[in-house]
Amino acid sequence: MTNQQQATTQQQILAPAAMSRPFSPAMLWHLLPWVIALIFFFVGDGYHSLGTNILVMILFALSLDLALGYAGIITLGHAAFFGAGAYAAGIFAIHFNADPVLGLLAATAIAGLLGLLTGMLILHTRGETLLMLTLAIAAIFYEIANHARWLTGGDDGLSGIRVTPVFGLFRFDLWGKTAFLYALSVLFIWFIIAALVVRSPFGRSLDGIRQNTKRMRAIGTPVWWRLVAMYSLSAAMAGSAGALTAQSTRLVGLSTLELLTSGIVAVMLVLGGERRLYGAFIGAAIYVVVQDFAGSISPFIWMFVIGFLLIIIVLFFEGGLMGIIDSVVAKLKGKADASGQTGKRT
Amino acid sequence: MNVAADNILTVRGLCKNFGALAVTQQVDLDLARGARIGLIGPNGAGKTTLVNLLTGMLSSDAGTIVIDGHHIEKAKPETRVRHGLVRTHQINTLLMETSVRDNVAIAVAERQNYAWRMLRYGPQWRACLDEAQHYLEEMRIGHAGDRRVSELPYGEQRLLEIAIGLSLKPRILLLDEPGAGIPSTEAHIIHEALESLPPDIAILLIEHDMDLVFKFAREIVVLVLGRVLTRDVPANISSNAEVRSVYLGRSVV
Ligand SMILES: Nc1ncnc2c1ncn2[C@@H]1O[C@H](COP(=O)(O)OP(=O)(O)OP(=O)(O)O)[C@@H](O)[C@H]1O
Ligand SMILES: [Mg+2]
Repeated sequence: MTNQQQATTQQQILAPAAMSRPFSPAMLWHLLPWVIALIFFFVGDGYHSLGTNILVMILFALSLDLALGYAGIITLGHAAFFGAGAYAAGIFAIHFNADPVLGLLAATAIAGLLGLLTGMLILHTRGETLLMLTLAIAAIFYEIANHARWLTGGDDGLSGIRVTPVFGLFRFDLWGKTAFLYALSVLFIWFIIAALVVRSPFGRSLDGIRQNTKRMRAIGTPVWWRLVAMYSLSAAMAGSAGALTAQSTRLVGLSTLELLTSGIVAVMLVLGGERRLYGAFIGAAIYVVVQDFAGSISPFIWMFVIGFLLIIIVLFFEGGLMGIIDSVVAKLKGKADASGQTGKRT
Repeated sequence: MNVAADNILTVRGLCKNFGALAVTQQVDLDLARGARIGLIGPNGAGKTTLVNLLTGMLSSDAGTIVIDGHHIEKAKPETRVRHGLVRTHQINTLLMETSVRDNVAIAVAERQNYAWRMLRYGPQWRACLDEAQHYLEEMRIGHAGDRRVSELPYGEQRLLEIAIGLSLKPRILLLDEPGAGIPSTEAHIIHEALESLPPDIAILLIEHDMDLVFKFAREIVVLVLGRVLTRDVPANISSNAEVRSVYLGRSVV
């Protein structure tokens, strides 16, 4: 009979449990990205706007991880919400209120609402149909922004965005130091939310829907509503990322809504590793850094480097760069307690 | 047919066509509280389709399904589960990448209305895990809770299907060939699991292993070409000439 005994990583099951354990020295690793970011804040003079861009893309990739990675919502249109958040924040600052936190909240809410509405429309479908619909919706958003010149500036982009000091205290400086810390704070809050959500009964049910929708129907899961909720949350998060970009660069262009932007964020996520939270961190950081440094040598080199990395990752390391790190850690642990089945690639 | 007053499930005139193929034809079915009904019939008789119709995985063309006075024939699958109508699957339908205990806990969370919780859920989720462990132990796979389902031997995956079903606290449990794919030398683990099911749950057992059905069921329904051929106590079924002719050459018991 079919005796299915595959060698799989135990570490993937045990990892979430490790988070809820009281305390272990291994948990200090979770501080690493934040420590790196803070060190960068102090020593990274001249690169703070690059750093902010990395933080924004991490947040965007993390939002995609919730929808695509955890919930299995196949989308190539996530730029719709990133762009919507960027335009919403920009327009809010120009026409209503230049307070960055208010603008961020408004943009987040609007993107979340758009995610809710479009999600309700398209999440009855799955697979290629869904993919096409996400593309179509992103295209519609793009065309709306392109044509509503009076509001968005059309292909000239939205400029003249003003931003008052954060909480009336911290002025956005020329070097982008405040913007960096502001973006870091927003990313931190969203990261905590995401980390809680993916381990929650809600998050686990979506992981279940991704794996086997039939199973979830059989236990009484309202699959469509569950997907819509996660999609909306993910859209809100992408909207926050877009708002950060609008507020830190004071510019919003149509490129925020482009198909290319959706594609880039998907590449970042796959590069870093889906369903690992930190995958978004590694993928976005490497992508932006490689683009900046290799791109300054020749625009073709960075594309080549990223393309090459992506092919290697997809072909040989299923969990992305974070997956490699996870399996190395599991191997070390396995050696320590000699119980190690650490074969990757399930 | 003796329609008992404490009928929990009443099905009348249920029909389903796949194009020209009538897979379910005017099916009537009554289940009393604590019933132990066997549903048998040759391959392709429409047994799984009937389960799909009852649980709402497929929509019926005609007929009524009533649970405790509630018409549910138009209801969504999740509503039917909340009415206590639960199924298991002929082909394992499990979350293969997830741990065995989480597979059950996710179902418990759904039943307890915890499955919408996103940010504050620590005590609730732990309660779900504890309850899940209880159902695993009931199915004698309590030792496997931390393992990934994909690492679990096939027979224990079959038991996990039942454990998930039980964790939803069903009033009616539709077991679609729980023993499917299990070698006859291991069939006893399914026997034992079925014997230990709570007596107050009404159970419809679909099974090709006649030993299993005849030991378990107090009444047997025979489905042929989408129609109920007969319903009777096991002793009469095995001597029924029509049933014997359906199972042409194969002796029923
Ligand atoms: N989705 C479908 N579309 C078309 N035909 C279907 C579909 N599902 C089932 N059938 C057909 O309906 C008939 C009944 O199938 P069903 O799976 O209900 O039989 P069964 O009694 O469960 O058989 P088995 O004992 O082999 O499990 C079969 O002829 C099958 O090919
Ligand atoms: Mg069947």
